[in-house]
Amino acid sequence: MNQLAAAWQWILDPAHWAGPDGIPVRMWEHLWYTFAAVGIAAAIAIPIGLAIGHTGRGRALAVGSTSAARAIPTLGLITLLALMWGVGLTAPMVAFVVLAIPSILAGAYAGVDSVEPHVTDAATAMGMTGTQVLGRVEVPLALPMIWGGIRAGTLQVVATATLAAYVGSGGLGRYLFRGLKTQDYPQMLASALLVVGLAIALEAVLAFAQRVMVPRGVRERSRR
Amino acid sequence: MTWVLANLGLLLDRTLAHLALAVPSILAAFALSIPLGWAAFRYRLIRGPLLTGAGLLYAIPSLPLFVALPALIGTGARDAVNVIVALTLYGIALMTRSVADALAAVPPETHQSATALGYSPWGRFWLVEIPLAGPAILAGLRVVTVSTVSLVTVSAVLGVDSLGLLFTDGFQRGIVAEVVAGLVLTIVVALALDAAAVLAGRILMPWTRVGRPRRRRRAQPAVEVGV
Repeated sequence: MNQLAAAWQWILDPAHWAGPDGIPVRMWEHLWYTFAAVGIAAAIAIPIGLAIGHTGRGRALAVGSTSAARAIPTLGLITLLALMWGVGLTAPMVAFVVLAIPSILAGAYAGVDSVEPHVTDAATAMGMTGTQVLGRVEVPLALPMIWGGIRAGTLQVVATATLAAYVGSGGLGRYLFRGLKTQDYPQMLASALLVVGLAIALEAVLAFAQRVMVPRGVRERSRR
Repeated sequence: MTWVLANLGLLLDRTLAHLALAVPSILAAFALSIPLGWAAFRYRLIRGPLLTGAGLLYAIPSLPLFVALPALIGTGARDAVNVIVALTLYGIALMTRSVADALAAVPPETHQSATALGYSPWGRFWLVEIPLAGPAILAGLRVVTVSTVSLVTVSAVLGVDSLGLLFTDGFQRGIVAEVVAGLVLTIVVALALDAAAVLAGRILMPWTRVGRPRRRRRAQPAVEVGV
């Protein structure tokens, strides 16, 4: 337990809160990597997921490839890309995008897929075109699940962003790997606690956002 | 390729070390999540706290957990036990919900008929509820299997022996073939253990092969463990 106290002391030390290696800078880097990777992954995965959910085509392919992508160990991908492209941000960033895509894609197509067929039939019967059905009926109803996919992807990336420091980038993982090299366990533990705190805070914010996102009509119906 | 052929013994050792970390974690998570999932399903009062706790546990990144466990349970910083305990916790976090949901999906009429036929609660659980919930529990186990095998590699940055050491060693020495071999072997191990789980399911639950539901199958958004 005194190791936890030492880690806590490390975090509270004002010297660790200033300069280019300070906790605020590293935390900002960590968040920036996360949001950039999730943003790129969402830009790729959401259109594909919506198309699969809307047309119902390619579902087997999507399910198969997302579960296969989950088996890829991210550390292996990061080290492989870093060997090919050199150390820096490109290799971990590409690996984080690959990591986030399966969850976001699954959320998008499962969300659209879960809309009851009689609801979309009713929308078509009212004269909506395919695009209108997608944009005005399927996407709003699927929004909580789409966001759920983004939330799961964000959590995975914020956790994994620790590994960016392994190939020479920044983020909170810096402290962990420095502590590992210098046998400074309190510093490693401090890094671990900071990442855990960041992940839990992010999860709380995203979970709240997901609750707000349920369309009013659906919320009222499910409350009854 | 020459590197791979020259290091077959090393690859085998790493694979075995990988299995020694992954398999106990998966089995322990499976064994522990059945009673926990049952408790979450049976007792409304603990359902909320148990599932919220599982969700929070799941939000904790694995590398920090590997690092923090020695301070919490008093093991050595590079002990394999840390990895097994951490991965078991993640497996439980994922599977408890699967088990609770699978048990909740058993129709109440079935419960009542089984009770009317004279099943004791214990007998009904093992002979009626578990067989009916089996396929959904197996689906949860498969997600846990694949993610556990992939997560084991992360412990290599702390120096724990597994296929992940091929990544760290290959990166430090600049051997692309070693990293690629590690990637391929990790995926092969994940797919092999997944296939083993499916096969075990086929043998233990022969009834799932007949009478597939004719309903349009819906894809579930599977959750996933971050590193």
